Amino acid sequence: MTDSKEELNMLVRRYLSKTPKALLGMALGAAIGAGAFTAGTASADEQVIPSLVYRTGPYAPGGISLADGFADYFNLINERDGGINGVKLKVVECETGYNTDRGVECYDRTKNEGSGATFYSPWSTGITYALIEKATQDKIPILSMGYGRTSAADGRYFPYVFNFPSTYWNQATAIVQYIADQEGGVDKLKGKNFAYIYLDHPYGKEPLPTLDILAQKFGFAFDRYPVPPASMTEQKSIWLKIRRQRPDYAIMWGWGAMNGTAVNEAASIKFPMDHFIGNWWAAGEDAVEAAGDGAVGYKAANFHGAGADYPLYQDLKKYIYDTGKFAGKGDQWGRVLYNRGLSNAIVAVEAIRAAQAKYGNRVITGEEMQWALENLNMTDDDIAKLGATGLTPAVQVTCQNHEGQNPAVLIQQWNGSEYEIISDWVPAMSDLTRPLIEQDAEAYAAEQGLQPRSCS
Amino acid sequence: METIATLLGVDPFDLWFFVEVLVGGLMAGVMYSLVALGFVLIFKASSVFNFAQGVMVLFAALNFVGFLDMGIPVWLCFILAMGVMVLLSFVIERVVLRPLVNQPHISLFMATIGIAIFLEGFGEMLWGSSIKPLDVGIPDDVFFLGEAMIQQNDMFAAVVASVLVIALALFFHYTRIGRALRAVADDHQAALSIGIPLNHIWIIVWSVAGFVALVAGIMWGSKLGVQFSLTVLALKALPVLILGGFTSIPGAIVGGLIIGAGEKLSEIYLVDAIQSFYPSFSGAIEEWFAYILALAFLVFRPQGLFGEKIIERV
Amino acid sequence: MIYREAGQFKTSYAADQQMLPIPMDRWFVIAVVVFAAVVVPLIGSQYWLESILIPVLILSIAALGLNILTGYAGQLSLGTGGFMAAGAYMSYKVATNMPDFMPVWVPVLIGGLFAAGIGIVFGLPSLRIKGFYLAVATLAAQFFLIWLFQAVPWFVNDSLSGVPSTPPMAILGYKVTGAEAQPEPKYLFVLAFTIVLAIVARNMARSRIGRSWMAIRDMDIAAELIGIQPLWTKLSAFAISSFYCGVAGALWSFCYINSVEPTAFSINRSFQILFMVIIGGLGSVLGSFLGAAFIFLLPIFLNNVPAWFGLELATDIVTHIEFMVFGGAIIFFLIVEPHGLARLWQIAKEKLRLWPFPH
Repeated sequence: MTDSKEELNMLVRRYLSKTPKALLGMALGAAIGAGAFTAGTASADEQVIPSLVYRTGPYAPGGISLADGFADYFNLINERDGGINGVKLKVVECETGYNTDRGVECYDRTKNEGSGATFYSPWSTGITYALIEKATQDKIPILSMGYGRTSAADGRYFPYVFNFPSTYWNQATAIVQYIADQEGGVDKLKGKNFAYIYLDHPYGKEPLPTLDILAQKFGFAFDRYPVPPASMTEQKSIWLKIRRQRPDYAIMWGWGAMNGTAVNEAASIKFPMDHFIGNWWAAGEDAVEAAGDGAVGYKAANFHGAGADYPLYQDLKKYIYDTGKFAGKGDQWGRVLYNRGLSNAIVAVEAIRAAQAKYGNRVITGEEMQWALENLNMTDDDIAKLGATGLTPAVQVTCQNHEGQNPAVLIQQWNGSEYEIISDWVPAMSDLTRPLIEQDAEAYAAEQGLQPRSCS
Repeated sequence: METIATLLGVDPFDLWFFVEVLVGGLMAGVMYSLVALGFVLIFKASSVFNFAQGVMVLFAALNFVGFLDMGIPVWLCFILAMGVMVLLSFVIERVVLRPLVNQPHISLFMATIGIAIFLEGFGEMLWGSSIKPLDVGIPDDVFFLGEAMIQQNDMFAAVVASVLVIALALFFHYTRIGRALRAVADDHQAALSIGIPLNHIWIIVWSVAGFVALVAGIMWGSKLGVQFSLTVLALKALPVLILGGFTSIPGAIVGGLIIGAGEKLSEIYLVDAIQSFYPSFSGAIEEWFAYILALAFLVFRPQGLFGEKIIERV
Repeated sequence: MIYREAGQFKTSYAADQQMLPIPMDRWFVIAVVVFAAVVVPLIGSQYWLESILIPVLILSIAALGLNILTGYAGQLSLGTGGFMAAGAYMSYKVATNMPDFMPVWVPVLIGGLFAAGIGIVFGLPSLRIKGFYLAVATLAAQFFLIWLFQAVPWFVNDSLSGVPSTPPMAILGYKVTGAEAQPEPKYLFVLAFTIVLAIVARNMARSRIGRSWMAIRDMDIAAELIGIQPLWTKLSAFAISSFYCGVAGALWSFCYINSVEPTAFSINRSFQILFMVIIGGLGSVLGSFLGAAFIFLLPIFLNNVPAWFGLELATDIVTHIEFMVFGGAIIFFLIVEPHGLARLWQIAKEKLRLWPFPH
């Protein structure tokens, strides 16, 4: 205890010399306090399209492709057509890192940007769940194409949420249908054994009840292999179990680093890759690239085209890539998830166009956008005019059905350098899932004290 | 093996499968040990619980694969990436550790989390966030031991880890710097009083930890591709660390083997047992099982397997 | 001149023992509370109330909880997210299954109590394990609890997705939870919890239980020798800390993100709250608030800086810079002010005492 006096002296000296630091601290505090966080760069005559992206973090390998494709298409409309009927589109990105609370903050920050947000694409099932009530309250539609809450397909209870062209439940039925086609009919499913590998997250759990029902109906068995989000890269025991179980098919609901790890592990236990089918979020190049040759033959579902062989890409090249106006690094050209970003944006632009046709050629509101999405009818002819045949599916939405008519999936296969579409549209068993969707929507309504709106 | 199987009255395949799980678990444990080693080195020499070790693995691997993509030969990439890690150690010592000398351990711990966050942003800013496949010629085929399938890259990792540990042991025992490091680890003030420069020692020890991170990063990167998710490895290494003791290099290896094997065996056999009672049980217990295993162990031996005995006085 | 401690004479024991013995402090705190409760709801925009103030207040409660455990009782914990999740899931379960006449704060408190029980269980190893070993051991709570709430569908009423929306509930006809609730009642609801819990924390810290925590923190063997029971003291710290975290978790689900979601309580949340406690100031109620505000707002602030200057940087670059500055700022603050923001406030008060004649 000899040096305690010295220590005390030192402390005193230190704190006496602290004025600037204290001031600095306070100045910083004041700066944070004074700043209005809602400062934006959008003006009132632009159509504001917020994009909740994740370009960093563990989910970035997929998130970058999505965000780039989404932004590039709106830019293309601006550059090529001067906007939609003269109304420029303004994409406002906000980084969520796939975190729900950050997504909620982004939503609150961007919803009043310029003349107000047109619609939201949260790119995350978790964020979609958190925004459903908020967005409904604010009358801003959520366009969660192929993700989010499945029962939001029931438009009576979820007027502002759209998840066409298909939901997780229907996707699951379509994948089972595809397997049945491979085996030579649904009756051949009897006695088969599947492995279902999923991210232990709202997203991965969504199709479980559907698979249960399908298993009962068709007499197959399936084992569940949850992958915790915190250890997506550690799947050894799962694949050991699969090796022991020798399932006939493996179905995967993966995202982020989980996909690549799973394909890698599957390759290393010599699982027959053409019997390994991912859902459409496990359909990106990031799933297969790290596994090298081992990944050849891996299949995945999709709801839009793969590759860059579409007339639309020529315009993208001319107006966006050659002029250097691309989002990000411009290295996502033709990737599957880039196309998904494009597909989302195409639908959004057509909906805005439809809303303008009804309400006038001006910046439209979220409420008007909701009408447009609800009455969306994109036929094959419309899509051909956009130069996107095969890139994005035909969609028809109704007030009742926000999933679109005739949900179906394509199956693609990795050939070592790119994905090839190897199937026709495989129809989902929507007659089976629709009652479940309505049942879940009604349960939600009961909990929230909601009344169905009339759709007639 | 067949005779043992008949003696035990089980299917030979099940027995082989058990061998496969055991070997796979042990090998997974080795991979955790590679990360845990870095923690131990730094904790031993400076009592800093370096939470940034996981991010250092990613950062080292990002640099390595970044150089490799520029067309630089592998050996040079390794040297360059190592150079970056030494530089990093230098900066960390100057900017973070020296001003925080004699602060409570928790402040230093939080500072290393600060380093981790900084490096996450910095590494991604330099090299982007996409997955970068890494192939330095580590074999990735399988071979069979009886009916048990063994991964060649696992075996390779085990060899690398053994070489690394032997090299570290030799370094610590037979070089001047190694002796100085051990002296610092034993008693800071005594080491200072006989003229060992603490600051240099810290740079060296962080560089050695950077070297371990680089090796771990290359091993993990060849397995999974170099990507952001490598940072979660830190969380996999922590139970290894408390089981083996914060200050023991052999502890990191033995702890890794126990955690790896325990985790895989429990995920498969314990979950099997539970599922025979509750078929709807979803499993995925290995995420926390390692922690509970280490925790249960700690209750009986609070300083870890090989940790120094804690003596408390008033 | 402005701030004076001298010349305060107390004539009764009660006056000497009150929570804020200096009138100036007292009036200041009362003014802040009145401002927060009356003026802020009147002038605050929806964005400020819903996206800034509500989360900051809720995180302050969690930081208070962790400060009790780490700052006062000296037990380092990385399981805060798990305890918050315990509160959130249990209060959801109660809120959806309780009779209608029960007031809305009941499920929140039951969630807190449930978290407290779990805190006691995971606090038991602290009797044997210390320091970083304990910190890593508390990660067991973090991972186990998050796994448990996902693996057992009972907690979410067998919801298919596992992330149910929180039900709307009302006080005096004003909805305070769920998305339809107006920001003002929601904010006041959270504020009420914050104020009550902060007062309780402040008083616990300066009562017998607080003193025994601090004795254990400063030297547990010595504390044991003077008759403080480690078992009771450590477990009470774990229980009360977890209660605070549980309440914070419940409010986070009910009043902020509107759904019960496991990723909201991940390991990153635990680290975030630990940062709040360390940067704010260990063992300080004020520090918990300052730390919560600082750590929550700094990333949002950094994210917005380029936009103010009219710079249109790519989103990922902004985020990378945000990470780097955030990491750097933490190191910077640890170096220049290891005792946290609360200490800065104290220094400011010292300055004010002398101002404007510092010599």
